[in-house]
Amino acid sequence: MSNPTYTVIFYLFAAITVCSAAFVVFTRNVIYSAFSLLFTFFGVAALYVFLSADFIAVTQVVVYVGGILVLLLFGVMFTNGIMQTGQKSEVFHIVPGTFLLAGIIGALLYTFYTSHGWMPSESTLQGSIVERIGFETMSRYVLPFEMVSILLLAALIGAAFLARFDKSGK
Amino acid sequence: MEQLTTIGLNHYLTISAILLGLGLFAVMTRKNAIVVLMGVELILNAANINFLAFSKYNGGMEGVMFALFIIVIAAAEAAIALAIVINIFKIFKSVDVSSIDSMKE
Repeated sequence: MSNPTYTVIFYLFAAITVCSAAFVVFTRNVIYSAFSLLFTFFGVAALYVFLSADFIAVTQVVVYVGGILVLLLFGVMFTNGIMQTGQKSEVFHIVPGTFLLAGIIGALLYTFYTSHGWMPSESTLQGSIVERIGFETMSRYVLPFEMVSILLLAALIGAAFLARFDKSGK
Repeated sequence: MEQLTTIGLNHYLTISAILLGLGLFAVMTRKNAIVVLMGVELILNAANINFLAFSKYNGGMEGVMFALFIIVIAAAEAAIALAIVINIFKIFKSVDVSSIDSMKE
């Protein structure tokens, strides 16, 4: 699609995603990282809308922003103490890490842009896919769907069991 | 110029590659266990963007369903990992991953 407005909005959300992800990684303050991750998740959700996966975008906002991010913030507050928001996180292995960062991004981009190009199918996904997700979940993917629901239940019970306070008052 | 103004598969793959690199960098260089978890979330998001991009330009539903399952697994992973981190904090009084070096209390 080469609609100028579409392109500009895409680049806006791409910039939000990449810049806030870089801020998550490069800031030393753990609280700043957690709040910057919020913008990354919203930016990624917007990119999902561009990929015509509207249901996945809403799920991303509900699960990541409403669940995982709150859980991470809870972890930050719990382990650093609410009053010490200026807590800095130490870093190590900066030089090999930078080489890894540059190497991964460089190698992947080199491969993407020098290969012979992807050939998109004639029938790309268009419009809303909520109905198709419903059909697929209840027909082809019904076994993985049930298995993942049991896994999630077991994982949440296990997490609540692991994180509980001891009655012995240790 | 044509490549820049027409949004195609390569744009999404570029964003995904950058997110993957940043996530790996966080996992490798940070000492705070919670920031390491944030790096893992970035990597999972990068994989999700890839799945959805290939699914859109292929026209099938496989990538979309896989992305949905990845989100569920990520929620389970975050809950378990946070529980483990809280236990580590109770025992070691710190979440510095390089200072946790004994398996016995």
